[in-house]
Amino acid sequence: MSFVSVLLFVPLLAFIAIIFKVPARQAALGASLLNLFVSFWIYFQYDPKIQGFQFVQDIRWIQLPGLPEIHYHVGVDGMNLPLILLTTIVTLAAIIVAPEGIKRESEFYSYLLAISLGAIGAFVSLDLFFFYIFHEFALIPTFLLIGIWGSENRQFVSLQITLYLMVGSLVLLVGILALLVLLPQEARTFDIPRLIDYAKAHPLPISKEAVPFAFLLVGFGTLVSLFPFYTWAPAGYAVAPTPAAMLHAGVLKKFGLYGLLRVAIPLLPGGLEHWKSWLYILLLGNILYIGYVTIVQKELTTMLGYSSVMHMGYIFLGLASWNKIGISGVVVLMVAHGLSIALLFALAGEIKDRTGEIKFSELGGLGQRMPFISVAFVLASFASIGVPGLANFTGELLIFFGSWQAQPWITALAIWGIVISAVYQLRAVQSVFFGKLPAHLKDVEDLQGLAKKFPYLLLMASLLIIGMMPSSLLSVIKPTVEHYFSTN
Amino acid sequence: MNTSSLLAWVLLLAPLLSAFMIWAFLKPFPFLSQIVSVGACAISFLIAIGVALGSIHEPVTINWIDIGGLTVQLGMVFDSLSKVMLLVVTGVGLMIHIYSMGYMGEDPGRSRFFAELSLFMLSMLGIVVATNFIMMYLFWELVGVSSYLLIGFWFEKPSAANAATKAFLANRIGDFGFLLGIIMFWTFTGSLMFDPSLSSYFKGHPLVTIMALLLFCGCVGKSAQIPLHVWLPDAMEGPTPVSALIHAATMVAAGVYMLCRIFFVLEQSEQALEVIAWTGGITALVAALTATQQDDIKRILAYSTMSQLGYMVMAVGSSATIAAMFHLCTHAFFKALLFLGAGSILHVLHHEQDIWKMGGLWKKMPLTFLTFFIGTCALAGVPGFSGFYSKDTILEMVGEKNKMLFWLGLFTAGLTAFYMTRLFVLTFMGAPKSEVAEHAHESPFVMGLPMVVLSFFALVGGYSVVGIEKALGTTHEAMSQAAKLNVMILSVLVGLTGVGIGAFAYWNKQKEIVIFPLFKNKFYFDELYELTLLKLQQLLAGVFAWLDEWIIGFGIVRGSAFLVSVGGELLRVFQTGNIRSYAFIFGAGAAAILVFFLISS
Repeated sequence: MSFVSVLLFVPLLAFIAIIFKVPARQAALGASLLNLFVSFWIYFQYDPKIQGFQFVQDIRWIQLPGLPEIHYHVGVDGMNLPLILLTTIVTLAAIIVAPEGIKRESEFYSYLLAISLGAIGAFVSLDLFFFYIFHEFALIPTFLLIGIWGSENRQFVSLQITLYLMVGSLVLLVGILALLVLLPQEARTFDIPRLIDYAKAHPLPISKEAVPFAFLLVGFGTLVSLFPFYTWAPAGYAVAPTPAAMLHAGVLKKFGLYGLLRVAIPLLPGGLEHWKSWLYILLLGNILYIGYVTIVQKELTTMLGYSSVMHMGYIFLGLASWNKIGISGVVVLMVAHGLSIALLFALAGEIKDRTGEIKFSELGGLGQRMPFISVAFVLASFASIGVPGLANFTGELLIFFGSWQAQPWITALAIWGIVISAVYQLRAVQSVFFGKLPAHLKDVEDLQGLAKKFPYLLLMASLLIIGMMPSSLLSVIKPTVEHYFSTN
Repeated sequence: MNTSSLLAWVLLLAPLLSAFMIWAFLKPFPFLSQIVSVGACAISFLIAIGVALGSIHEPVTINWIDIGGLTVQLGMVFDSLSKVMLLVVTGVGLMIHIYSMGYMGEDPGRSRFFAELSLFMLSMLGIVVATNFIMMYLFWELVGVSSYLLIGFWFEKPSAANAATKAFLANRIGDFGFLLGIIMFWTFTGSLMFDPSLSSYFKGHPLVTIMALLLFCGCVGKSAQIPLHVWLPDAMEGPTPVSALIHAATMVAAGVYMLCRIFFVLEQSEQALEVIAWTGGITALVAALTATQQDDIKRILAYSTMSQLGYMVMAVGSSATIAAMFHLCTHAFFKALLFLGAGSILHVLHHEQDIWKMGGLWKKMPLTFLTFFIGTCALAGVPGFSGFYSKDTILEMVGEKNKMLFWLGLFTAGLTAFYMTRLFVLTFMGAPKSEVAEHAHESPFVMGLPMVVLSFFALVGGYSVVGIEKALGTTHEAMSQAAKLNVMILSVLVGLTGVGIGAFAYWNKQKEIVIFPLFKNKFYFDELYELTLLKLQQLLAGVFAWLDEWIIGFGIVRGSAFLVSVGGELLRVFQTGNIRSYAFIFGAGAAAILVFFLISS
């Protein structure tokens, strides 16, 4: 069995353990810790010099009448390996951050594990069927976490996010099917590498690719809050329990981007060509329009939700450039954004729990009472606004350079985003941590003890290591990206 | 890697480790923190000396990013430009580290202070040794970060928090242009190195002016040139050693250093140089005029810094990079000295910053008085002091290229002498004008020592024995002795006039003699921005947010009917938590679509 499959079995075993009344938190902790080690083992064993997928496992699963064979086909290369690391790191952090003794505890932790399992499954699947199903499998617990454990207004918000993302997924499904229908009978397969090879050898006319690509773009785009399909995100993250927000914004949301990177654009490059100008307009909507909307938000979590929507614009910018530099930046920024937004949501949750406030107007001066949380928040903020030395900078830099080659003027407009994001992020830092401490916050406490600080330190260290040594990711990403573009 | 190569990296590693160790482990031990931080700075200083003497060589470069034609290296360049700058940064830095041990002696957060100071040293040294644009941009942004942290060091003060944010944002706007310029440079040349031979790629290209001006944006932000200068006076909210090191001697001068580094780009466009020269000249004049009417000792010095930076930028715009660097060095010494003197005064006056509440300090603080006197003379351009030589060099070079700017610069020199005399007379002379000034006493030795060392350099930094000018290369051989003499005589006359008027007008005065609202109110830049740019951005954000709420609101209204019908079913799924029924519905639906598509084809 491939070690990649181990990553899927470990959470599964934890489920079974939880069913057999093993304490849920301990089981989840153990599973996510083990998975972190396994993912790092894969990372260190992975040989960037070998082309194609590694740790491959391909088992024929089922043959439904009229459909191509469905395989359990998994493997890693330079595009999904970084995302697997992201998933295992954020999962462990989210599980530790999750509150102890919450109501319906075993369900709560099972759902968290399910999101992680689904995300890993979607990232490692090389079969379209499993790729899609794993993501769906991860969405359901997300809805349940919001619907059952969310804060005020959770019923409405969970409905909204469910409908939104389900519709997005359905549009995506239609796109995938339309794509398969386009192909001649003998070329139809769910196998992604074979599909890519076929698409390279037999490019379709652009006119044929345009329609299915539109479905894929809107479908994947909705899942990543592409403008104007973003309204589910800020409200959803504001209501979601902290670990769910961390896992969805940090990890699961990247599925849509990964789908475009792995499936939509390689299979339908002509589709991207056809819709490129629209994509540029939409992503500027993410960066500039949502950027300005973020500036005037009045609550910390909503602001973070909007900021996350805004940052997706950069990743779309890299995807639209579709060259080596831009695509490398896309992978780096997916990981970096996932780490930084998970850290920010975790800290926002901590602040909410400790102060009972989430409005900027009610917060302030917390730096005096919470030195650790302040340092972590400032670092995460600097990461998120692309300060060098932290992971996001590398991703943004590569995307800007790559995108400039494709579209200098649009890129110049998009780079204005580095000013906008500094405005809202520093404003948040200032109004939460700086200034006078309001009387009702005189007794709030900082995080105490290494055990409690660990998830934060883990995320901060990841941001710093990738930021200072981009080669930690790029050494893996580069050969895959170069191989892809050299044979194109 | 050989030893010498490793030693070179220690230049950056020492402050990096210091910052990390203090933050991670030494937070509860302030005394140890300051020892580590000062020690790290001393190590960097020793290595800088090694570099200057030529015994430490440029290390092997490291490929930081290398993908698809984009290569970013981490390396070090040790040429005359960076050698001089290294000595200035580490030397002045060391003095200010030592001074801070006294100045911050009682502050409960001084571990954090020294950690951030080390972070600053790392970033600043990184800028100095950078071999390419991205490496410079990287450390460039990091000095912005450390400056933000240090301005906001007393973050519980709302004014400090505001000033920190303002500084970072103004710099970010500049960096926006800088980054665009860098990417343009890379598009032209396919390289990011500071390599003058690359200029053949864009020589005579129509876009070269735009590229040069975009790169200049970085300097406008960092070196507080008009119109992005508004952050520098507010940055005085930080502790005074920070004002001395970062917002006077080194970081703000990084913009000028950068211009000298990339001069091979700037010189390709006459128009760009013209814009740069005028930006510098106007900044010098406006800041000097503003300084004549300020009452806060640190703000006067801040405007003076801005004005002197304007001088340097004007020099670069007039192709006099060596003169600019010469003035940068002497200015680093005497302005750091002046700030340390101001800090010494504030330290004993319990942070009273109003010069109208000082007076008579010469008797109570003789060492501060004497060193401040030397600093004032250097800044005012009194013959024999370092500032005189460097300022004169700039005026000579500017005069060759642009007569109008020459007269503007000369007038500014007079203003400088005037406002410094005003400051000096009101602070040290006459009778004490307040309670605290009555009870002033001298600062501790640990603060006095750096002032003495710096005043030595402020005194002699202009002479070729010290070798700043010689190290940089010769400035003005072409100029005739007669012309040089004329400039010198003119500037001495103007300077003496300024000193005379200042002394005569403010000797023993209790309040301002005449008020110019325009200068007093800093040319209304803050108000102007408040009314135009900020309002515009707020309006934009407000309109977008309104739109956004409307879209979401619209979705809610239109969607609610739909939600009630469809949602009821889904809600039941949630309440029972029944995944199987959900999965079944979903699977059935998906299968139906699948079959439909495959049959229809």
